[in-house]
Amino acid sequence: MARLDINSVSKSFGAARPADALSLTVEPGEIVAVFGPSGSGKTVLLRMIAGMFEPDDGDIQVGGRSIVGAAPERRGIGMAFQNFALFPHMSARDNIASGLRAKAAGDVATRVAAISKLLKIEHVLGHTPRELSNGQKQRTALARALIGNPEVLLLDDPLRNVDAKLRYEMRLELPSLLRRGTAAVLYVTQDYREAMAIADRIAVLIGGRLVQVATPDEIYAQPASVAVARLFGDPTINLAEVVPFAEHGALCARVSGAMVGLGSADVDALERECWLGVRPEDLVVSSSPGEGAIPAKILAITPMHEKAVLLLRLADGTEWLAALPPEAPRGAADDAVFIGFAADAAMLFDRATGQKIGLSHRRQAA
Amino acid sequence: MEHSSLAGRIFRGVALTLILIFFMFPIVWIFLMSFQTNEQILRIPPRILFEPTLANYTALISGQLHTAAGNLEISFMRNLFNSVVLSSAAVMLALVLGVPAAYAFARFKFRLGETIAFTLLSFRFAPPLLVLLPLSLYYQELGLNDTYFGIVWVYQLIALPLILWIVRGYFEDISPDIEHAYRLAGHSWREAFTRIAVPLAGPGIAAAGLLSFIFCWNNFVFALILASADKQPVTVGALAFVTASGIQYGQIAAAIVLSVTPTLLLALYAQRYLVEGLSLGAVKG
Repeated sequence: MARLDINSVSKSFGAARPADALSLTVEPGEIVAVFGPSGSGKTVLLRMIAGMFEPDDGDIQVGGRSIVGAAPERRGIGMAFQNFALFPHMSARDNIASGLRAKAAGDVATRVAAISKLLKIEHVLGHTPRELSNGQKQRTALARALIGNPEVLLLDDPLRNVDAKLRYEMRLELPSLLRRGTAAVLYVTQDYREAMAIADRIAVLIGGRLVQVATPDEIYAQPASVAVARLFGDPTINLAEVVPFAEHGALCARVSGAMVGLGSADVDALERECWLGVRPEDLVVSSSPGEGAIPAKILAITPMHEKAVLLLRLADGTEWLAALPPEAPRGAADDAVFIGFAADAAMLFDRATGQKIGLSHRRQAA
Repeated sequence: MEHSSLAGRIFRGVALTLILIFFMFPIVWIFLMSFQTNEQILRIPPRILFEPTLANYTALISGQLHTAAGNLEISFMRNLFNSVVLSSAAVMLALVLGVPAAYAFARFKFRLGETIAFTLLSFRFAPPLLVLLPLSLYYQELGLNDTYFGIVWVYQLIALPLILWIVRGYFEDISPDIEHAYRLAGHSWREAFTRIAVPLAGPGIAAAGLLSFIFCWNNFVFALILASADKQPVTVGALAFVTASGIQYGQIAAAIVLSVTPTLLLALYAQRYLVEGLSLGAVKG
């Protein structure tokens, strides 16, 4: 049982600063996803914890003991690599067992058998990595990382190189697999769905800074900045430039000429240049005008089985996306429609800083 | 390939034959010469058909050279033995020194690293005669003249840069993640080096070792200057066949056949490693 503590860790490579005063705590048995666009410093963070290079600044502790400067083999860390990093000259069995032999742990064969049964790779233990499919390589690498029961488990985008179907299965399997032990798990991914499916909390890393650390629901419903809002959600969030104003004690904004209500007046947002953000699935499309409805034209419809995505053009030329349930009436291309959204679906971000402006009535995620 | 025309196939066959003849003829001719007497060799016009004799080989192996001017002691077998000892010792020393150095150059960035690596390589392009004069003075001073150790040391000029630069490339091809994974599994860097890096670079190390063995074996000038008769390898020993009564072509040919044999056998044995080593992008994925 050991907690992973990252205390204002920084690292520079020349002009690049992939880690800028990062602080993060992972409790034993907790899975924290480190999520961010490529080049945001996710892998650098993992590699500092694993000891491939040392931070310039700050401290990393496992169970209250600093591991900065310690040899990688003494850090009590298991890691699965994006490119698997299996030992090509050893069988899958020896790959998995390599973690145990070093610690002279009891019955190597039984433990290898147990972990490979769990990961469903018993039948390929005798194969070399060259003979394994990507999915089997992935599972072998995971088994190797898990078998030593490390205090800290680092997973560097482990599903990146496996096919879509397997990725889906692993997304379902991984949480229970990772929670078997009491390891503090850091899970790096570039896929927000993976982060939301697997993690207890998500740490959003952008440009070497942690911009938000929160539960998946919280991040989706209340992104800390417009950048975070854009990273989560498919289709991505709709944005409009607005300057909210008060009207009859309510906060209002003009979107493409139409006046929309944003709920009760919020002093912070008044007369400020803002981004208004509305998630595509929060949009309602109807053929008749109503209060707070924005006139738009359907440009194209992408029918998908679980939802239909509409590309809409507002009167001022802005293009928005709406994601509708498949059974909802959606009209046809070139139809003139009216779109609206509930006041509590609106998010406001400062246009200069991108930071969220607190709307006191923001709904809590279900 | 199957779609090539008849003319194309014939052309390819002819071209291959010509190339083969061009490269194989000297070797075949030497081999034939080694079974002929000097008189048969110098006959004009030369003949393909002759009565083979083992006299050249018996002379070499017994160490007695019969010439028109009388009997001559030659130490060919001793030279051959010297070649084996000197080349193997030089390659082993170069492997012991060069493989860890290659690993260091591949994995770590350090001050003057590239400069040192390049300096070592530059030994390969300096003509040996350039260093021989000062070297022979040093060797006299140090008492290394005419010692196996001294020659093995000077052979490092040949073997070490070769091994260093070839093996370095192989180490660079191994993903550092693989070694990191091994270390995170609880092994020291020394174990990661011996159990992961060296086995994975194995084909490259074999290829570099073989290549430097051949270069050491073929070296002439270092041993000519720095060693006396009983420490000299075959390349220098072959000079003994240029005698007062003429050049002993038959014995030279036999000596060449004998001296090529060990490297040829070694190359044949190591061929699969060589091909694997030179064709394999080592260890991707």
